[in-house]
Amino acid sequence: MAEILLHINGVDHHLHASEDEMLLYILRERLNLTGTKYGCGEGRCGACTVLVDGRPMRSCHTPAASVAAKKITTIEGLSDNGQLHRVQQAFLDEEAFQCAYCTPGMIISAVGLLAGNAKPTREEIVRGMNGNICRCGTYSRILAAIQRAAGESGAKAAIPGVSERSGGSR
Amino acid sequence: MSFDSELLQQSPESVQRSFLLNRRELLRLVGAGLLVCAVDSRGQESGARASGNGADRTTHDIASWIHINSQNSVTIFTGKTEMGQNIRTSLAQQVAEELHVPVNTITMVMADTELCPFDMGTFGSRTTPQMGTELRNISAAAREMLIDKAAERFGTDRSKLVAADGAIRESAGNRSVRYGELLQGQQLVKLIPEDPPLASPEQWKVAGTSVRKIDGRDFVTGGHKYTSDLTRPGMLYGKVLRPSGFHATLASLDTAEAQRTPDVTVVHDGDFVGVVAPDSTTAARALSTIKAQWNTSQQISETGLYEFLRGKSSPAPAPSQGQEGGGRSNLHETGSVESGMASSDKKIESTYTVAYIQHAPLEPRAAVAEWNGDKLTVWTGTQRPFAVRDELAQAFHIPEKNVRVTVPDTGSGYGGKHTGECAVEAARLAKAAGKPVKLQWTREEEFTWAYFRPAGVIDVHAGARNDGTLVAWEFHNYNSGPAAINTQYNAANQRIQFHPASAPPLRQGSYRGLAATANHFARESAMDELAHALGMDPLEFRLKNITDPRLRAVFETAAKRFAWGQRKSSASRGFGIAGGFEKGGYVATCADVAIELDGNPRIARVVEVWDCGPVVNPNGLQNQIEGAIVQGLGGALFEDVHFANGRVLNPHFSSYRVPRFRDLPQIEVQIINRKDVPPFGAGETPIVGLAPAVANAIFNATGKRLRGMPLVPNGMPGQKAAG
Repeated sequence: MAEILLHINGVDHHLHASEDEMLLYILRERLNLTGTKYGCGEGRCGACTVLVDGRPMRSCHTPAASVAAKKITTIEGLSDNGQLHRVQQAFLDEEAFQCAYCTPGMIISAVGLLAGNAKPTREEIVRGMNGNICRCGTYSRILAAIQRAAGESGAKAAIPGVSERSGGSR
Repeated sequence: MSFDSELLQQSPESVQRSFLLNRRELLRLVGAGLLVCAVDSRGQESGARASGNGADRTTHDIASWIHINSQNSVTIFTGKTEMGQNIRTSLAQQVAEELHVPVNTITMVMADTELCPFDMGTFGSRTTPQMGTELRNISAAAREMLIDKAAERFGTDRSKLVAADGAIRESAGNRSVRYGELLQGQQLVKLIPEDPPLASPEQWKVAGTSVRKIDGRDFVTGGHKYTSDLTRPGMLYGKVLRPSGFHATLASLDTAEAQRTPDVTVVHDGDFVGVVAPDSTTAARALSTIKAQWNTSQQISETGLYEFLRGKSSPAPAPSQGQEGGGRSNLHETGSVESGMASSDKKIESTYTVAYIQHAPLEPRAAVAEWNGDKLTVWTGTQRPFAVRDELAQAFHIPEKNVRVTVPDTGSGYGGKHTGECAVEAARLAKAAGKPVKLQWTREEEFTWAYFRPAGVIDVHAGARNDGTLVAWEFHNYNSGPAAINTQYNAANQRIQFHPASAPPLRQGSYRGLAATANHFARESAMDELAHALGMDPLEFRLKNITDPRLRAVFETAAKRFAWGQRKSSASRGFGIAGGFEKGGYVATCADVAIELDGNPRIARVVEVWDCGPVVNPNGLQNQIEGAIVQGLGGALFEDVHFANGRVLNPHFSSYRVPRFRDLPQIEVQIINRKDVPPFGAGETPIVGLAPAVANAIFNATGKRLRGMPLVPNGMPGQKAAG
């Protein structure tokens, strides 16, 4: 058990974590940040995606200790004083979900994508999002939502508390 | 096919049905206001036992109710489960339509066995035709009662009053009274055995529009609490030790190390072994230290599965007497197939197969169980809360009234969450630990220990005359199921039979559309084969043998939108068409399939035309159809459970391929909004056309007929479409 500092959504958390403790379970079980979901435990579905220094990572197989002191953003940290992030708003506008269990991971992945590439092509969105599974099959709406979010501002997606990212999407 | 034989498929384990609340309890629960209950006369649907005389009705034969309080708030109680089909919204729209209140004044209390009337479950595309109609009925009855009360208060004739926006007002005067004011301090109860006057779909103002998903915002902020997100005071986390294979029994067990782990409780009862810990990481670590040996038995493997299923099949017995559909066997026969074959110019004889597949809902099974003395409360994601309640009562030998099952809006089901195994396990762990326990299955557990969509073999023998008249049709389905087994085409001579297999190797249960997918795959592939044997266009051949105008309409509309027959196929491009109807919904699907350089097919474009009567929420319906196409794509092309000797070999998303962004075709959905018929459900049948349309398109391009679903198992080389 080591003491680590996790900087999540702009808040510092000092906690003890063992080496094998994955970030997902710290978020969900200790910090009650349950918007980040378990879907597969092997990084293959994207339901657990969070941003680490603005880049999407699968929290289900990311040891919490490995991201100590980095800036972690979860779905709960995206909106700003009740104002939805433009990607969240675009998902709502396109009704880009059914059961919506995948939605937080989709939105976080999309924010990560748009933080590195303000105007992705359809092909770039498909490539960037292919690791996220929606079993209800709402992919075409999610694509439309990401295109809508990108089209509206033409600027890279902002991440609260994280300065603008440079370079690629991952 | 009879409802009973379908129900057998819906429920891997049969469960008895009964009821919780009596009317007095119900009234105490909802308090003052107006309560209107629909009396369910369908008997079997609600599981009601006839109580004889109508004056003596209790909640036993009530399937839904509505309550309006003095603050004008409307609450609907229904046992249906929301898991992505958008029924929380579409049902509220139907209430708003008849009660004349804004949608946002309606609270939907759903799938809670203590608050909601008994409901058999959310499956079979029955929410819209049955629950929707029922809610429209009780809402209309409530509205009529309120008009009566207002007429009394104003001393005027009811014909001079209209209901609008939660109030009754004079159509030509100034007076107006809100519903709540009419109910001040009173408790009114009305049971409605008769159907009240309903608005026809042509008159719909709220129903029929794309009302936004209720609570949609909670789903984009991560605020919605699924079962797996819930916590209770003092709650612990559970894990269950899984056997080395199906039907294994425990031979030896060493839990010493787990027991030495601080804060860990080991639970061992017969073959059930589990651990409980303050967090899931500790629980998983403790579980991994347990050493167990299992007695296993030789079991049927994937190799030889289809021969096994055929060999173990027998015609299903007729439902026993007294049941609905009693006396109907699984054999449908008209004319003489033999003489029909003799008069046929062209014949085909083909065998089709469908593999076992998993639902793989993104939220794996989860449950939170909490004991309070001998009373048990379980939160869990299930399509059948009342059946799960009964399962729990039986497992713990307690009365049903001691068990409450509550279903938070759930991370999808697709027919895969009818049972309560995770709920029972969580309750066992909670009982042993003396604390509330949350259990969420891992993906591997969900792939292995949840029930599977049945595999099956289908033999088709069919014949037609040179002019394209279908004259003989013989169709035998082994094990996959009877849904939509009858042909939608005219054929004077038919023999159609479902043969369930005894002791199939995997645990089988419901799946979106049940066997309608398998039966449409076989039927629509066989029709394509016959069309080619005749040298006829596949669409023309179908239309020649259809009389149902709605079926004809979806085929013709889809063909037009797709520009059927106007583009030339090539070795790398093929076009296919398929369609049918089931559960009141009509579908036609056209697929444009590209054959890639590596020989694998890629679905480039899908046009699907759909008719389920009047549309309640067009955008929600469109979403369902698009989703069914994408989900159907997985079963059509690559989803396949590999198993050997009681073990699933690919229980991960890395080895069980599901549709992803890169598989997404261009999808065009066209809905025929038919307002002259009653509304039907749409959660299932839009899935059935995709697989045969794709198989037919692959044949069109390559000349190779693929007769097994999945068509390209796991997209692996060596199983390519182009041979």
